[in-house]
Amino acid sequence: MRVGIVCPYTWNVPGGVQQHIRDLAEALTGFGHSVSVITPADDDAELPPYAVSAGRAVPVPYNGSVARLAFGFLSAARVRRWINDNDFDVLHVHEPAAPSLGLLACWTADGPIVGTFHASYAKSRVVSVTAPILQSALEKITGRIAVSEAARTTLVEHLGGDAVLIPNGVATARYTAAEPLPGWPGEGGALGFLGRMDEQRKGLPVLLRAFETLGRERPGLRLLLAGPGDAADALARVSPELRDRVVPLGLVSEEDKVRAYHSVDVFVAPNLGGESFGIVLAEAMSAGAPIIASDIEAFDRVLRGGRAGALFPVGDAAALAAAAGELLDDPARRKQLSAEARSAVRAYDWSSVAREVERVYETVALDGVAVVATGRGG
Amino acid sequence: MSYDWIIDLLFWVAVVFLVAVYVSWRATRLDRLHVRVETARAALDAALVRRAAVALELAASRLLDPATSLVLATAAHEARTADSEGREFAESDLSRALRAVVDQPGFAAALDGRADGAAVLDEVGAAASKVVYARNFYNDAVASARDARRKWLIRALPLAGRAPLPGFFEIDDDPPRL
Repeated sequence: MRVGIVCPYTWNVPGGVQQHIRDLAEALTGFGHSVSVITPADDDAELPPYAVSAGRAVPVPYNGSVARLAFGFLSAARVRRWINDNDFDVLHVHEPAAPSLGLLACWTADGPIVGTFHASYAKSRVVSVTAPILQSALEKITGRIAVSEAARTTLVEHLGGDAVLIPNGVATARYTAAEPLPGWPGEGGALGFLGRMDEQRKGLPVLLRAFETLGRERPGLRLLLAGPGDAADALARVSPELRDRVVPLGLVSEEDKVRAYHSVDVFVAPNLGGESFGIVLAEAMSAGAPIIASDIEAFDRVLRGGRAGALFPVGDAAALAAAAGELLDDPARRKQLSAEARSAVRAYDWSSVAREVERVYETVALDGVAVVATGRGG
Repeated sequence: MSYDWIIDLLFWVAVVFLVAVYVSWRATRLDRLHVRVETARAALDAALVRRAAVALELAASRLLDPATSLVLATAAHEARTADSEGREFAESDLSRALRAVVDQPGFAAALDGRADGAAVLDEVGAAASKVVYARNFYNDAVASARDARRKWLIRALPLAGRAPLPGFFEIDDDPPRL
């Protein structure tokens, strides 16, 4: 199948949408599809062989911040030529409601179009004002995908209509192997946590309360905290004699994050709720870390009801301490959980997610109909 | 001699012209929405027929015990032959039958060992999720078209022509957990 993917944001600037498109394009190419991506890019930027530049994006104030967007007649002409040169079976437009290449592509193209909505934001008056401008372009989209429940809600509230939910994939291969951080996990064992320290629903206080018990029982046990937030505030919640065994790393680089997953004997996800999927959990599973997680619905599902990681009642520090203690004493069980986690996380790998996207393409594609640029809007 | 009437005339000609342009734009948009509904309906029908065919193939594959095969084959046949009134019920029944079959304890494990078991299961999964996608896209198109037809201009002028008001397709299409 010939697939054209439209990226709205500058390719070489790090961002969730760009990463999503890169992983998707590579997975689809792996399935044997012919994929071309059009994207804004700086003049000297190096693009992968499947990507085509639509010119530079311009910084403009949009929706409360300065965004780099590609718009105007020149960009529209480039998108039109790219569509006409390639005879795509399906055009896949990302973030079509942003004033960038995606919207231009919808405006100019006719044929099977898939749109993926990434952003989620609270109800704003600006969007209500602009919705009529977007209407004609967005009505051309045959199949709509939202990457999260929040993105889907945003779509329903601001623009009307529905979408199917296909979550982001995890590039599990990136987490599979890494050197532990120097000195970890150490003789006395190590627990790990990753996430914002000051965000209530990540549940760090539950883990710290459990560490009060565990730290006293096990004199060598340490706790590794990775993620932004006020470390002093977190440390203040721990008794003074245990404080030197709690090690906050702060905000870590992508590479150090992977190493952190490999630096602990047990990874703890004490979240209190509000997670729709738990990307952190999926990353830890890819790294093969033995996991203890609160039994919120999302985690219960990802961990296959406790087979791919131990579960404890949400918010119950005593139960967490007991479960973590058992795991620390049982290397065989840790090994088994690690293997189960690596196999369970395959369902969330990009290759599985891209299969779903492929099914959407097959649903909307029509025999003998290619995407064409009409040269006019409306 | 006054030319006021010419100015008046030109003004009214301009007004009529602008109204005509606006009405024609609205009509074009409505037409495009109807085309989208029809395309989406064709895709949905294709997805449903395909799912019934895959279910029949699974039933005939000798991978299953005869009772399971019979349950599947009956549901698939009912879905394929239902008239427009019974279609939604029959398709929902097929979804339930597929779930009941696949959710049997040990089902995936039993098929994994067989020669083409994994391939058939993969096809069932693909066919079931394509029904979910196609139905979502169809209902979304129907919602936009119905919304547009409710506007007073469309109702006041016969802009929708004789196109029937499209209806939603409501079934239970939860896919089996493979």
